[in-house]
Amino acid sequence: MRISHEIEITPESVLLDGRSLALEGTGECLLTELYRRYVGDYPKFYKMDTLSRLGFVASELLLQREMEDEGCVRFAPRADRAVIMANRSASIKNDRDYEATISGDTYYPSPALFVYTLPNIVTGEIAIRNHYMAETAFYILETPARLEPIVASTFAANPALQSAIAGWCECSEANRYYAKIQIIWKN
Amino acid sequence: MVYCLAHTIISPLGDGSQANWEAVVANRTAMRLYSDRFESVEPFYASLFEERQDFVSLCVRCAEQVVKEAAIDASARDVVFVLSTTKGDELDLLSPAQAVARCFGNSNAPIVVSNACTSGVCAQITAMRLLESGVYRHAVVIGCDVQSRFIVSGFQSFKALSDEACRPFDAERRGLNLGEAAAAMVWSCDARGEWCLESGSIHNDANHISGPSRTGEGAWRCLADVLAGCEVSDIALLCVHGTATLYNDEMEAIAIHRAGLEGVPICALKGYYGHTMGAAGVLETIVAMKAVEEGTVPAAKGYATCGTTYGMNIAPTNRCVQGGKIIKMLSGFGGTNAAIRLSCG
Repeated sequence: MRISHEIEITPESVLLDGRSLALEGTGECLLTELYRRYVGDYPKFYKMDTLSRLGFVASELLLQREMEDEGCVRFAPRADRAVIMANRSASIKNDRDYEATISGDTYYPSPALFVYTLPNIVTGEIAIRNHYMAETAFYILETPARLEPIVASTFAANPALQSAIAGWCECSEANRYYAKIQIIWKN
Repeated sequence: MVYCLAHTIISPLGDGSQANWEAVVANRTAMRLYSDRFESVEPFYASLFEERQDFVSLCVRCAEQVVKEAAIDASARDVVFVLSTTKGDELDLLSPAQAVARCFGNSNAPIVVSNACTSGVCAQITAMRLLESGVYRHAVVIGCDVQSRFIVSGFQSFKALSDEACRPFDAERRGLNLGEAAAAMVWSCDARGEWCLESGSIHNDANHISGPSRTGEGAWRCLADVLAGCEVSDIALLCVHGTATLYNDEMEAIAIHRAGLEGVPICALKGYYGHTMGAAGVLETIVAMKAVEEGTVPAAKGYATCGTTYGMNIAPTNRCVQGGKIIKMLSGFGGTNAAIRLSCG
């Protein structure tokens, strides 16, 4: 397997292919700033929960970099690229937000919140944005390193798959998150 | 190709695959109306255990049964535990998987598959891939979810729940019923089981995060993938998702038609168990396996008249079935779809 691009996002910093992006905000604001500065054309971002925003902006920066470097076209439907992600905490941050809407004296469960109480939604958001009709999958693992044999065996089992947006996308609170996501090629 | 060394189900219909099969073929269900369980604001139909179950204990009980029947050393380095679940043990998905693995003295990091309602099929696919690439020799695959106020309220907010026993693919269908269960299988590189898992496929619709694609895009691609290398006439039965929502069943029928499977007998089980979330893919696969072994496709409980644009070979009565291959398909939130093909004998 070969990594063509990599991004690492913490609440204070963004490293894209090893180079730091200059940013003003931190935490949740950092994600919104990334969206406004580098994306800007996908208002569904504002409906997403923190975990999905994290994975979404990470993928956007990676794919923009890929487009600049390799001249490839985005947004054409394709079935040769998977989206495979993992974390430890599943969707706990949004789960707690949803729980607050059904606790105590308040009861106003919102379908818009409930749908994000599944960690795989972030892979769906990336697939929808990019028209990726291959595999999307989410795993709960102890560490990021545990994802590698899963990605490798996914490639081995799928002749049609050539690459994947794959990596760790973890969020336990609004301002506690970490993503390390790559574009990985089978060959 | 990997082989099933053992399987079991622990559900409101009983303990063990055989007990569950006997209940299904006798048209029994634990589905009933609950007025205020989980302090629900509205009554809801569900298939629940009589008493609240501990998530880890349910998983361990299932795993104990299959590990014993498979006669494997579950503490060995070449065994991995794979858990399929959507909400785990009170929102924690990793700790229960670690607790289960520890119970068996297994020191490999367990893998949790959390791909919404397709998790149970995805977990089997993940196991198959890891076994075929030589990482492990045996995989104990467990599917488990227990119902809760969290889940009930969420589906109520979606207005996805029916106010009556669900009617998969029926013209009068009004939504899904919730369920809870646990099921487990041991998949192995050892060629000593009757059933083998021949292929699996996962595809996203790339359409919407909570509604299925109107053209059944992802589901159709999964079916096409798992049909590769065999004839439609080889397929004894197709075990569907069939949640009884307006959109899912319509989409599924389209996908089935696009794949040329409209003549294959349909096994639709949500009328017996409700939607058991992370357990569904494992539980329903096992019941489909029993159906082929016993030569009977169980009645599509809740179905009476066709309510989808494309019809399929579905009936409200038990029917004879012939053949040795089955396809199991599921869809889920996030636009996910998954299918597997299994073969007997």
